[in-house]
Amino acid sequence: MNSSLFRRVIQQYSSIRALNNISARFTSSSAESKTPAESSSIDPQFKQKIDDFIKSNKVAVFIKGEPDAPSCGFSKAVLQILNLHGCDFKSQNILDDQRLRDTMKLYSNWPTFPQIYFDGEFVGGCDILLHMHQSGELVNELKKIGIQSKLSDVNNNTTPSSAN
Amino acid sequence: MEITKDNIEKKLRDEFEPVYLNVDDVSSGCGLKFDTTIVSKKFEGKQLLARQRLVNDLLKDEMTKIHAFTQKTYTPDEWEKKQQKTITNPECETKTMNACTGDCKK
Repeated sequence: MNSSLFRRVIQQYSSIRALNNISARFTSSSAESKTPAESSSIDPQFKQKIDDFIKSNKVAVFIKGEPDAPSCGFSKAVLQILNLHGCDFKSQNILDDQRLRDTMKLYSNWPTFPQIYFDGEFVGGCDILLHMHQSGELVNELKKIGIQSKLSDVNNNTTPSSAN
Repeated sequence: MEITKDNIEKKLRDEFEPVYLNVDDVSSGCGLKFDTTIVSKKFEGKQLLARQRLVNDLLKDEMTKIHAFTQKTYTPDEWEKKQQKTITNPECETKTMNACTGDCKK
């Protein structure tokens, strides 16, 4: 195995471990962590509501607009991808709630929307979900949180990924 | 400092010393929407989320004003492999990259 392939295997393994590491979820606060960033400037009660939302839904997304009427191309793309995989999800419309919109930027330590959480852990935005979908990773990541993707039988070798 | 394609490019170039960098202003003139592609050794060993956080942190001030920002981050190895894949599937070169769901039957 050459060194760059070895590095990719280790990266993939580290990614899988990070997503499965439940004990790190509420203690890690590094910039590279996928867990919500602790912030003393978020009202504790409001933060608890957000915690409850992302913990009680395997796939939780914060989008612009509603699932049947997204207001932005990136939110629409995320919804399209989740629907392609037949993935149930719960969403919140940050356009309806300025406080939520401002708070989620702190909570996730992420400046833009949409924001996606899997099993209580921050995944990223549209770019990342799109990459995961095109690379075939998304099928595996959904499987890890107990969701069987509709695309799980698709041979990823025949799926072009030039739009990365 | 005014947010321009050139300023963003300079910041990214200074920080990441990229082997390839592309910044497109896709705002139709209002200067608040950018698509970026950054290929840098500094992304090696980092997951996608970590890479994007690096870029976000670098452009923290700009992000408060930018309306939309996409970033594609690659290591030099990944970029080289991607170029090879595109060549083997030339019909995909002409497709727009935004929000492609990977279904080439469309």
